[in-house]
Amino acid sequence: MSTSSTAIGGHQDTFAATLRSDRWWLGPTLTAAGLIAFFGYLTIRVFYAQYVWADPYMSPVVSPPLFTPAAGYKGAVPVNHAWLGAFPAWWPSFLPKSPGFFFPVLAIMFRATCYYYRKAYYRAFAASPPACGVRGVPLKYRGETALLIFQNLHRYALYGALFLLVFLWWDGLAAFFKNGRFGIGVGTILLLMNAFLLSCYTFGCHSWRHLIGGKLDCFSCDAQSRTRLGVWKKSTWFNVRHMQFAWLSLGWVALTDFYISMVSMGYIKDLNTW
Amino acid sequence: MAERTFKIWRGNKDGGEFVEYKVDVGPGWVVLDCIHRIQMQHSTDLACRWNCKAGKCGSCSMEINGKPRLGCMTRMNSLPEGTITVQPLKTFPVIKDLVTDVSWNFEQNKRIAPFKPRPRDADGHHRMKQEDVDRVQEFRKCIECFLCQDVCHVLRDHKAHDKFVGPRFMIRLASLEMHPLDTDDRVEKIRKEFGSGWCNITRCCTEVCPEHIGITDNGIIPLKERVVDRFYDPVAWFLGKVFGKK
Repeated sequence: MSTSSTAIGGHQDTFAATLRSDRWWLGPTLTAAGLIAFFGYLTIRVFYAQYVWADPYMSPVVSPPLFTPAAGYKGAVPVNHAWLGAFPAWWPSFLPKSPGFFFPVLAIMFRATCYYYRKAYYRAFAASPPACGVRGVPLKYRGETALLIFQNLHRYALYGALFLLVFLWWDGLAAFFKNGRFGIGVGTILLLMNAFLLSCYTFGCHSWRHLIGGKLDCFSCDAQSRTRLGVWKKSTWFNVRHMQFAWLSLGWVALTDFYISMVSMGYIKDLNTW
Repeated sequence: MAERTFKIWRGNKDGGEFVEYKVDVGPGWVVLDCIHRIQMQHSTDLACRWNCKAGKCGSCSMEINGKPRLGCMTRMNSLPEGTITVQPLKTFPVIKDLVTDVSWNFEQNKRIAPFKPRPRDADGHHRMKQEDVDRVQEFRKCIECFLCQDVCHVLRDHKAHDKFVGPRFMIRLASLEMHPLDTDDRVEKIRKEFGSGWCNITRCCTEVCPEHIGITDNGIIPLKERVVDRFYDPVAWFLGKVFGKK
């Protein structure tokens, strides 16, 4: 029998102190790497604003386009596809003329306030805590009661995401038609899959699950409640897989954009029936 | 039998130390078996709270290799090679060795307004349909091992015991708030007194729950959403005023 001195209960109170013997740091490290890689790529693409269109495919990072650059941007969305046409003259010259600055921001808001991503970035970037049973950053903690109280508006980000979803499905369906001719290409499948995965992610949202039925205490009280129970159960199926769909849909947005940019630049020839 | 080395924290509220023990482990043993063997062979005064040895009483909560777990449900062959460390729960004051004072939890329970059912039906019965109680039955699986309370960093690291009631009692609140017969309204207290905003959804409570209750997804987040309905969502507030609470 041997002994060694230690704090009460053997618990140290310094940052990252733990007696966990597993690779607890791997999860937050991979999460941080994934978030930086995907959101970094998409941010660059929003600011780069070129090669986002390869007829009939429109990149999801600029969809739906409110404005589009009239000239000077290779592979830009055609002016007749933008809701309000070309960028206005008052657009600040220091900002690139990117359609991604408008509606696609709703997707960022939705993911930024998502209950899954909150776990991911609180652990990976704020180390609050970095992993279960691992001492987090010893700073003053207020949870989501002070600066982060805006997280309570996640449902408004959901409304924005539902709005976006309509247009992403439209983009997928519109990609069956090129110059008025019906056909199908690899890009069509990517865009449809993009809309499908984003739908799976959106309809597993905790706020959606609450609004469509979770807020009820009685599911059997009337016909409307019974209908909502059915929708709630389906949403629960997606909700259980919310993390998986969050990553899959995020990766697919990047993949879809990457493919369209490669086709637009001419590095890849799109396989299609046109 | 394979020999395994344990480092068990021995001490009380004034201090202590890790003490090393070697135990011959038999097939199918759990950590609690080893602790009992240590009590029998090495230290009869090693304090450890336990009761059912079947994962249903919630007594033998401890931290094994730094993770909050039940001693009786942690199989030795599930642990990696090397020394196994066993500590008391961090969130609660140590009484002796692996035994902590969890009475703070019982005080929190007393703060929650109890079940307040609607009047009985004309025939004197209360009736609920299974589909209405499925949700709250999940919460009734809780064995009050307080592993979720222990791992919750709001309590564990930030010692905000006066601000946040902890995951176990958020689950209790959810079981009452979502109950089809209950008529009490606890939403305001969930925000102001029980501190729903202090939880930042990092889900450790769900990860350690031995009953696999969806504490975060099915309990805390739905309660947070009910708080949003009441305090943060002007549209829900307006619709509630116009069409009544739904």
